[in-house]
Amino acid sequence: MAAFRTILAKDLRVELRTLQSLPAMALFAVTTFVVFRFGLDRTSLEGSLAAGVLLVTVLFAALLAINRLFVAERDEGGFDAMRLAPIDLSALFAAKVVALFVYLLVLEAIALPVFAAFFLDDAAGLLPLAGVLALVNLGLAATGAVVSTVGAHSRARDLLTPLILLPLLVPLMIAAGGAAEPLLAAGGPSYDEVGKWVGTLALYDLVFLLVGYAVYDFLLED
Amino acid sequence: MNLRMPSLKTMALTTVVVLGGAFALAFFYAPNDADQGFVQKIFYLHVPIAICALGGFILAAIYAIAHLRTGNPIHDVRSYVSIHMGIIFGTAALLTGAIWARAAWGKWWVWEEPTLVSFLIVYLLYATYYPLRYAIEDRERQARYASVFAITAGAFVPLNFMAVRLAESLVHPRVFATSEGGLPGEMLFTFLVALAGMALLFATLMRFELAAKATRGQLSRMRRALDSEAPAVPASRIAPSGGGS
Amino acid sequence: MVPAPTAVQREAGEDPANPPAGETGAAVEARALRRDFGDEPVLQDVSLTLEAGATLVVLGPNGAGKSTLLRMLATLLRPTAGELRVLGAELPRRAWRARGRIGYLGHDPLLYRDLTLVEALGFHARLHGLEEPGARITELLEVVGLERRRDQLVRTLSAGQVQRAAVCRCVLHAPPLLLLDEPGAHLDPAGIETVEPLIGRAAGVTRVVVTHDFEGGLATADRALALRADGTVAYQGEAAGLSPGDARSVYTGRS
Repeated sequence: MAAFRTILAKDLRVELRTLQSLPAMALFAVTTFVVFRFGLDRTSLEGSLAAGVLLVTVLFAALLAINRLFVAERDEGGFDAMRLAPIDLSALFAAKVVALFVYLLVLEAIALPVFAAFFLDDAAGLLPLAGVLALVNLGLAATGAVVSTVGAHSRARDLLTPLILLPLLVPLMIAAGGAAEPLLAAGGPSYDEVGKWVGTLALYDLVFLLVGYAVYDFLLED
Repeated sequence: MNLRMPSLKTMALTTVVVLGGAFALAFFYAPNDADQGFVQKIFYLHVPIAICALGGFILAAIYAIAHLRTGNPIHDVRSYVSIHMGIIFGTAALLTGAIWARAAWGKWWVWEEPTLVSFLIVYLLYATYYPLRYAIEDRERQARYASVFAITAGAFVPLNFMAVRLAESLVHPRVFATSEGGLPGEMLFTFLVALAGMALLFATLMRFELAAKATRGQLSRMRRALDSEAPAVPASRIAPSGGGS
Repeated sequence: MVPAPTAVQREAGEDPANPPAGETGAAVEARALRRDFGDEPVLQDVSLTLEAGATLVVLGPNGAGKSTLLRMLATLLRPTAGELRVLGAELPRRAWRARGRIGYLGHDPLLYRDLTLVEALGFHARLHGLEEPGARITELLEVVGLERRRDQLVRTLSAGQVQRAAVCRCVLHAPPLLLLDEPGAHLDPAGIETVEPLIGRAAGVTRVVVTHDFEGGLATADRALALRADGTVAYQGEAAGLSPGDARSVYTGRS
C-alpha cells in the first residue's frame, strides 16, 4: 500500500511539474472536435453520432497518455528501481492505472463542457454521461497500463502500443457507445438501454483489472 | 508430446478420410436450405473452420498459462503454433464468410452478422501477435510477453462476442441461422462430421508444424555439435526454437 | 540503522535485522553460472564464493559480462543456468528474500530527472520501507556534500553530482551487500573521497566492485574475479594471488 501511494504520488507530482500529457490531451480533444465539425459538416450532434465523436476523441486522447505512461520508467531506470525494492510489483500496475484514470478525468472535465458547447443543444444528459465516462476511463486505464508496459520493453513502441491496444478496446467502445447514445438522444436523455451497457462496461473493467493484476509480474521479470 | 498419440501419417490419413466424408455428406446427403438453396452449404465449411480457429486461440491461452507457470519453452512453442493455425483458419473463415455473404446477399461483408464482426475483431487482435514478437528482441522476454498476450487475448474473446452480440440485439435479425437454431437431423449430422474433420485438420497441421520445428532444432544442434564453425540454421527471429539451445 | 520489515517481508516471515544465512554463511555463492542473451553466451561457467564483510573486485574488458554478473547478483537478471545464492536466498526463486538488503549502483543512477534530489531519494527510501526518511537523507547528502542542492531537480545536476546522489540512493537502507558497477565513474578524486565512507572498504559491508582501475581495485579487495572477453573466468580467488600484470593481460586478451 505504501508502495502504491509512493509511486502514484511520484507520477502525479512529475506530471504536475512537467505537464507532458495533460495539455496535449486537452488540446488534441478540442482540435479534434473542430475537425469533426468540418469533417461531418454539422454543428449539432445527438444520439449515436454525438456518442461516436466524443468517444473516439477521448480514445485517441487517451492513447497520447498511454504512450507516455512508462517512458520515464524505461528511460530513467524506474523499472530497475522498483524491481530492486522489496515491494509487490502489482503496486506499480495499480498506481499507473489510477494515474491514468486521473488524467482521463481531468481531460474529460475540460473536453466535456467544450463538447457540449460546440455540439449539444441540451446538456441534461451530461451528468450521467460523466458517470459512464468514469467507467470507460477505468477500462482504458487497465488495458492501457498493461499494453503500455509491453510496449515500453519493445522496439517501435509508439506503433506497437496502439496496434495491440485498439482491438482490445473494441468491446469497451461498443459498450460505451451503447450507453452514451441514449443519454445524448435528441429529445433528452433516455435510460432504457443504459443498464445493460453499464453492466458490460463494468464487466470489461473487472476482467481487465484482474487480468492486468495477474499477469503484471511476468511483464517485469527478466 | 504424448507417446500414445497416433503418428503424423495416421492423423493425416484420418483427416483426409473424415474431411472427404464430410464433403460427400454435404453435397449428397444434407438437404438444401429452404431460404438460401445450395449456397447455404458453404456453412459446412465456414462454421467448422471458424470454431477451430477460436478453439486454437483458446488452446494457445491454455498453453500460455502452462508456459508462465512452468517456464518450459515447449509450451511457448505450442502456444505459438496454436495461434499460427488459428490465424490461418481465421483467414479461411473470414474468406468463406465473405463468399457466403456475397453468394447469399450480394454484399462481400455484412455488419449485421454479429458473429462475423466479433470474429473479425478477434482476428485483428491476434494478428498483432506477430509484430509483438518481432518487436521484442530478448528471446525469453519475447516468449513471456507472447504468453501474456495469449492469455489476455483469450480472456478478451468471450467479452468481445458478448459485446458485439448485445450491440446487434433484437433490432437486426440474425442473417445466418447457425447450429443453435435447431438444425434438422441430416444437417446436424453433416455439420458434426465437418467439425470433426476440421478439428482433425487443425490438429494434424499443428502436429506437422511442431514436428518441423523440432526437427529443425535438432538439426541445428547436431550441426553445432559436429562442427562448431558451421553456421547455425538461421532461426527465425520470432518463431520459438522448439525448446533447447 | 536497519529498516523495519516491510509488509512483503513480514508476510514471508522475514526480519531484515536477522537475515537467514546461506549454507556456508557466505554472502554470495555462485556455481557454474551462465547467462545467455538470445543464443549468445555472455557469461559462462562462473563460480565464486564471497564471505560476509569481504570485498570482491571484478575485472575484465568491455563486454566480458561484468555488468551482467552484477545485475544477476542484484536479482535484476535471472541466470540461464547454474546456481546462485545471494544473502542466503536462492535466485531466482527466492529473490524476494534478498531484495531490500542489496545496494545496487549500476550505470544508470536510477533517479527520476524531474524530481528534486530529496524527492528522488525519498521515493527510493519509501519503496524500501523507510517511513520517515528525512533525517537519513539529510545525513547522507551531507556526507557527499550535496545537502545544499537538495531542492534542485536531478536533471540540473552535473554527472559527478548525480553519481554522488546515486551513491546515497544505494545506501539509503543500510544494505549488508553492495554491488557497485564502476562507482568512480564521473567522479574526480575529491568526489571519490566523499563517497568512500559510504561505499568503500570503510563501510564494513560485503562488496562486489566492478572497476577498470585494476591496481586500485586489487589493492582494496579480498578476492578477485577476472573475466575474459568471451565471458569465461580467467582467474577466481584471493586478490593477492592476481598480480596487476596478470590483470592487465586479461584486458589485452593474452591470458
